[in-house]
Amino acid sequence: MSGQHTLPDLPYAYDALEPFISRQIMELHHKKHHQTYVNALNAAEQAYAKASTPKERIALQSALKFNGGGHINHSLFWKNLAPAKSENKGNGGSLHEGPLKKAIVEAFGTFDNLKKEFNTTTAGIQGSGWGWLGVNPQSKRLEIATTSNQDPLLTLTPVIGVDVWEHAFYLQYLNVKVDYLNAIWNVINFEEAEKRYLDAVGGAKL
Amino acid sequence: MSLHHTKHHQTYVTGLNAAEEAYAKASGPKEKIKLQAALKFNGGGHINHSLFWKNLAPTSAGGGEIPSGALKEALERDFGSVDAFKNKMNTATAAIQGSGWGWLGYSPTTSKLEIVTTPNQDPLLSHVPIIGIDIWEHAFYLQYKNVKPDYLKAIWNVINFREAEARFLEAAKQSA
Repeated sequence: MSGQHTLPDLPYAYDALEPFISRQIMELHHKKHHQTYVNALNAAEQAYAKASTPKERIALQSALKFNGGGHINHSLFWKNLAPAKSENKGNGGSLHEGPLKKAIVEAFGTFDNLKKEFNTTTAGIQGSGWGWLGVNPQSKRLEIATTSNQDPLLTLTPVIGVDVWEHAFYLQYLNVKVDYLNAIWNVINFEEAEKRYLDAVGGAKL
Repeated sequence: MSLHHTKHHQTYVTGLNAAEEAYAKASGPKEKIKLQAALKFNGGGHINHSLFWKNLAPTSAGGGEIPSGALKEALERDFGSVDAFKNKMNTATAAIQGSGWGWLGYSPTTSKLEIVTTPNQDPLLSHVPIIGIDIWEHAFYLQYKNVKPDYLKAIWNVINFREAEARFLEAAKQSA
């Protein structure tokens, strides 16, 4: 049944990603921003179920895309973050030997090069949006992509998403987006990323 | 204000200058077209913020006060009342899905005041800008956090209606 989405719990405490992402940001981002997308998605879906004409349905498309995308993107985001290994809090930031690392090296040469390209591309978004590492469903190779606003990633299977809406970093990093993008690699959950990668290359086509 | 002006707007100025220098050196249509996004984003950012600073004013200098005159009359004619105009502008601006600007604009075709929004740093082209409100999160987040409506309510206290009226009179004259 539509209109019944709920805010997923974070897999860690609000302060777990410190010092790389502050507790204050995580609380606002999860309890306010993501919650708002969930509420508005439910409202849009309920309205859509009652809509009786194509025109009414089309009029609701932007609300469904914006809030649906917001819910999808943030749900992926929380799970591809983890408390930092460098802080002895978890496995965040640690890419072990395995199929994902191999694929990264194949596609980007080195892990550092992936970060460099990803950050440059993501910092280049002109407005609000997301940076993504994803699997191309035809070639099965890793690629970097961006989406604007809350558009979900549709051209690749998402492996890692990074939110670059200003609300994701401004309270801590102010206008210095590049510092946020450098810092976040310390809390990327490569175990979750590898799971998604293996699903994407082993599973059915998109 | 400090970050918005010395960092964000400065970055648009710097980015625009670099894009224009590259454009001057570009030798073919393809190279020029590649530079369009940088020109639009940074050019729009420079235009929009330059308009923005001027359509704000401290309350001690008349910010928030709408003088009796042509602008007030036009607002009442086109929106019913000044309050109705502010509500409509706030609703439209708050509804932007991403980054962007809310505008009170003068339509050269209808000669009416209308509310328009632009995404990202797109400049307002369809109307003459009268009042612009920046709704990029950097414009309010440190102070208002996620509560965008509070920022939109507060900003009316520092809108420079005298500058707005000057723009309106100029726009009306141009299309007369």
